[in-house]
Amino acid sequence: MNLKIKKGISLIDQHDQNGMWGGKFGGNFIPETLKKPIDDLTKLFSKLRKDKKFLKERDYYFKSYIGAPTPFIKLENLTNRLGGAQIYAKVVSEANGGAHKIYNATVHCLIAKRAGKKFIVGDTGAGYAGKMLSMAAKKFGLKCKIFMGAKDIERQRPNVEAIKKNGAKIIPVTSGSQTLVDAVSECMRYWVANNDTTNLCVGSTVGPNIFIKICAWSTAQISRELMMQVKEEFGKIPKKMKLLNCVGGGSSAMGFWNEFMDTDAEFVGIEAGGPKNSKLHAAPLTNGSKIGILHGAAQYVIQDKEGQIGSTESISAGLDYPGISPLHCFLKDAKRARYTSVNDEEALKAYKLVSSLENISPSLEPSHAFAEAIKIAPKLKSSDVIIVNSCGDSIKDKDIIKRKLGSYVR
Amino acid sequence: MKSKIAVAFENCKKEKRTALITYTVAGDNTKTNSLKILNTISKHADILELGFPHNTPIADGGQIQGSSHRALKNGIKLKDVFQIIKKFKKTNPSKPLIMMGYFNLIYQSGENNFLKNCKTSGVDGLIVVDLPYPENKNFAKKCKKKSINFIQLLSPTTPRERIKKIIKNSHDMIYYISMLSTTGGKLKVSPKKILQNYNNIKRINRKKNVVIGFGITDKTIKSLKSSDGLVVGSYLCKTITNSLKMGQNPVTKLDKLVYKLKNKTL
Repeated sequence: MNLKIKKGISLIDQHDQNGMWGGKFGGNFIPETLKKPIDDLTKLFSKLRKDKKFLKERDYYFKSYIGAPTPFIKLENLTNRLGGAQIYAKVVSEANGGAHKIYNATVHCLIAKRAGKKFIVGDTGAGYAGKMLSMAAKKFGLKCKIFMGAKDIERQRPNVEAIKKNGAKIIPVTSGSQTLVDAVSECMRYWVANNDTTNLCVGSTVGPNIFIKICAWSTAQISRELMMQVKEEFGKIPKKMKLLNCVGGGSSAMGFWNEFMDTDAEFVGIEAGGPKNSKLHAAPLTNGSKIGILHGAAQYVIQDKEGQIGSTESISAGLDYPGISPLHCFLKDAKRARYTSVNDEEALKAYKLVSSLENISPSLEPSHAFAEAIKIAPKLKSSDVIIVNSCGDSIKDKDIIKRKLGSYVR
Repeated sequence: MKSKIAVAFENCKKEKRTALITYTVAGDNTKTNSLKILNTISKHADILELGFPHNTPIADGGQIQGSSHRALKNGIKLKDVFQIIKKFKKTNPSKPLIMMGYFNLIYQSGENNFLKNCKTSGVDGLIVVDLPYPENKNFAKKCKKKSINFIQLLSPTTPRERIKKIIKNSHDMIYYISMLSTTGGKLKVSPKKILQNYNNIKRINRKKNVVIGFGITDKTIKSLKSSDGLVVGSYLCKTITNSLKMGQNPVTKLDKLVYKLKNKTL
């Protein structure tokens, strides 16, 4: 079956009454206890997104608190070094806190305030979702708990420190692989038991339908800004323009692409291929994983024949997730976006090249997207434009980079 | 023909007692032991729930996660679960057995194929934790066609109008979740309040058998015995964990425990 994307309707609203995109991705595979809180959140969100006062509030905080718009810059040195396409970056890592996760966190806190909730909980992998939620919770006077895999606590120390400084409580998750997948599970379990007092912020465009919608609606700010910046830079949208974005859960890519959905811009999603010599990866779309149910939603997910969720491996904690947003599954099957993967070594090399040539320092997640840019740019013409979403700052990866490359300079 | 689940409730009502329903995980701690456990505790329990483990559960607490983890580590597969049930049913043909788990395993098997395996191994009912109403409408219909009970869940968060719809779509048994919690949480609501909610559900349709689960242990079971049935799960899983830690036989431990629980319901 060929899936089709409708023009003129926001992608997040192109699901059926069961919450499924393309009839097979997403939905609400949740315990009965969560039906009511999710219904409540769904109703509240659909009201708020039409509420002018709420939108004004959102725009105000995006500007005054997050620092919108984030810069759009040309990477002259990288372009000259590679030859071929013109390479640009949308430096989303300049947003308050250092990554795109601040948009979703801010919106969830604003919603929680409207819902009269005093507590908010969230999951985190790379630690940025957790850091931003703890920041926003502090800003808006909510008590906050962050669920994080024990392995990720170990490898993303700077963000762990930031979460603690913001006064949030970190709950280490020691079950399973002790990474993002287990953090999301544990966080959902916590919400099952505490949804009467607590709002949940799922850290990416994953989970039950409404969380995907809220997250993508929040990160869409990135492409709203980019649309204006591109038109200012080129006068119009360039004919051959590629938007490259790493995908783990897929929240930054959804935000980066959203406003360009009905244009000719080409979308390339880059998954984490894992270590070069390992069978493990975090690239369900690239490697043809089957549809399964993870964290309340149907999606392509790394799993065994029986349906047990599979192990993943990636140098980047933020991409180290067996599933992928149902929105990206939809985009893939509708052939609107192309997906590929880049391995750990390529991502590290890309980090090194970009940070040595340019005045930006992408974290290991966007370094995956830069690696793809580096691969394809020389094969393209100078009339081609590549824009990479540099969605996270490398400071959180300083330990890993120091260990792998010998030094970390900032 | 009446289902075995319906008959079990009828028998309990004749004896004026609540039905005792146990939950254990298939393959915990080994395939053989989990079969032995079923055979042993079926002497005292009225209905048996058997979990088919999933490694990414979103509603289970630590105890059931631990049991599932042990079972999966031992390599349990769905076909083993069906084997265990088949063997159990050979010696206990009239004892109702309910399989409980998460939808992805059914989805990967294919709904029809899964139900076929349920039928041939003698499964009487199914609880699918993450397939709520109305998403479960089609699957529940398929179950009914095969004379397998699809067991609907209700929780303290379920609004009254929704409760009515779910009851209308239910078969012989409805599972009421006592409190906002994952499995194995400490009972944080008073038994009086739980029974009040329970009675509100019963008043909608007296004929439906409503069982209460979550937070039921040897300490709380007595206070809720006026209900149609009570499910004890995490408490049994915890006992298996502890007996393994102490080097004791989990089978005899569970035999004694379920016997004790049964006596408390009388």
